[in-house]
Amino acid sequence: MSSANALAERPRVSTRPEIVRERTETQGKTVVEKPLSTLELLYNQAWLRKILILAVLALVWEAYGRYLDNDLLFPTFTSTLAAFFRGVADGTLPARAWGSVKVLLIGYGLGILLATLLTGLAMASRIGTDFLETMTSMLNPLPAIALLPLALIWFGLGNGSLVFVLVHSVTWAIALNTHSGFLSVSRTLKMVGRNYGLGGAGLIRKILIPAAFPSILTGLKVGWAFAWRTLIAAELVFGVSSGSGGLGWFIFENKNMLDIPNVFAGLLTVIIIGLIVENLIFQTIERHTIQRWGMQA
Amino acid sequence: MGLMEPLLEVDGVTLQYKTPNHLITATYRVGFDVLPSDRFVLLGPSGCGKSTLLKAVGGYMAPTEGEIRLKGKAVTGPGPDRMMVFQEFDQLLPWKTVLQNVVFALEASGRLSGRAAEERAIHYIDKVNLTKFTTSYPHMLSGGMKQRVAIARGMAMEPDILLMDEPFAALDALTRRRMQDELLGLWEETRFTVLFVTHSIPEAIKIGSRILLLSPHPGEVKAELNSAGSPQEQARLESRIQQMLFSEEIKEAENV
Repeated sequence: MSSANALAERPRVSTRPEIVRERTETQGKTVVEKPLSTLELLYNQAWLRKILILAVLALVWEAYGRYLDNDLLFPTFTSTLAAFFRGVADGTLPARAWGSVKVLLIGYGLGILLATLLTGLAMASRIGTDFLETMTSMLNPLPAIALLPLALIWFGLGNGSLVFVLVHSVTWAIALNTHSGFLSVSRTLKMVGRNYGLGGAGLIRKILIPAAFPSILTGLKVGWAFAWRTLIAAELVFGVSSGSGGLGWFIFENKNMLDIPNVFAGLLTVIIIGLIVENLIFQTIERHTIQRWGMQA
Repeated sequence: MGLMEPLLEVDGVTLQYKTPNHLITATYRVGFDVLPSDRFVLLGPSGCGKSTLLKAVGGYMAPTEGEIRLKGKAVTGPGPDRMMVFQEFDQLLPWKTVLQNVVFALEASGRLSGRAAEERAIHYIDKVNLTKFTTSYPHMLSGGMKQRVAIARGMAMEPDILLMDEPFAALDALTRRRMQDELLGLWEETRFTVLFVTHSIPEAIKIGSRILLLSPHPGEVKAELNSAGSPQEQARLESRIQQMLFSEEIKEAENV
């Protein structure tokens, strides 16, 4: 190969002997498939891993609480739990939580409705798109709480003003996500839908919404979190509105009475409801939709 | 044969589309007739507007000049009488199983519903040998299987004409050959009319019964040829097409 001559005369086909195997060697000798060990199987369960994390957090909380030994500043996990169960047993916490959740669901539902309307409009016409974009960029950064004083003047000290700020906090997040989801639906899928003779509302309902479902679900999750935060904050300030008041008002009352374990129990309730909604409701939806459809690993 | 009414008439069609900075003429006064049971292939290098032409037949864009007629009626928009099979694998609805994808096409277009739609869907899924995968979701299938579902879906609609936009271009060479054979097998069974776009000369010769050669920038008809039967004839046709398409640049032409 060193001389140019040898290169030129190189045979086109290799002269090395060919190798053909009649039978592969590993037949029956190595493990082709074997179940994972119990520990590995357990570790593969997301809920188990999450419970582990929660347990560690609770442990850290308890340890710090004991170390501080001051129930007025930072009650221990166990005394918070005790206050929580006391609250649950005498019915105050469930009643307060339901008071909050009820208002929340009304606001959330109206927000979804409004977002659907706005995105539908945005998909239907260019001016609708501009309207949605302008409104979102104007109003999305505006904290819902900042509207509360105005809402109180317009709707009074009732649930009306709470619902108003909730709708404001939910609508833009959902509309923004849904719209960007619609825009990112592949051109091919839209063409497929039109090929079936679908158009307008049919195309949105049967093609765009399922195809954009990952974004829509993100919007719903973000909207839910915004709504929760806004509600608790609003109740903390003006929660006295409707007789009983919600969780935010429960927290505020107990702070005034310096019953800090109860304050923590209130916060714990907020957290627990958040965990339930995220892990049970949203994740179930995810598992049955976008994960099954291969839109998310 | 010569007395048959054309199924699809493309009559002096000029297609233009706008990019942000330019107005581009994709095809210029292209005309051809597709007869029933034709396997009509649009062949040309990239930039000859063959895909744009197919989109226009599909009704996704209107010609700036000329007219496209299906069974004598002018094409004005997309519709289930002209089913498209796209090149992209994402043409199946990811939220529906194989069976649901085919059934949905039938139901959404109002062709059939309920039990009848399901039976028709199963029949055509069986034709493309995917019976075992009726309950699978598209993301569980290989590229070739997805294209088979798309073909089954297109055929289940029993359209006047099946429009195929380089359906096998994104497949590996072995799968592509098998899919070509399968398509020909399906055609032998049902004799559907198909308009097929490709940039591969061997594929055009293999699939087509009649081949329309387009020249690029803008796309104009260069020739309308009959495909060949025997291997020798096919080889001769291939070199003839090569000559016509790449007469100036024959040395650089790569065999796709």
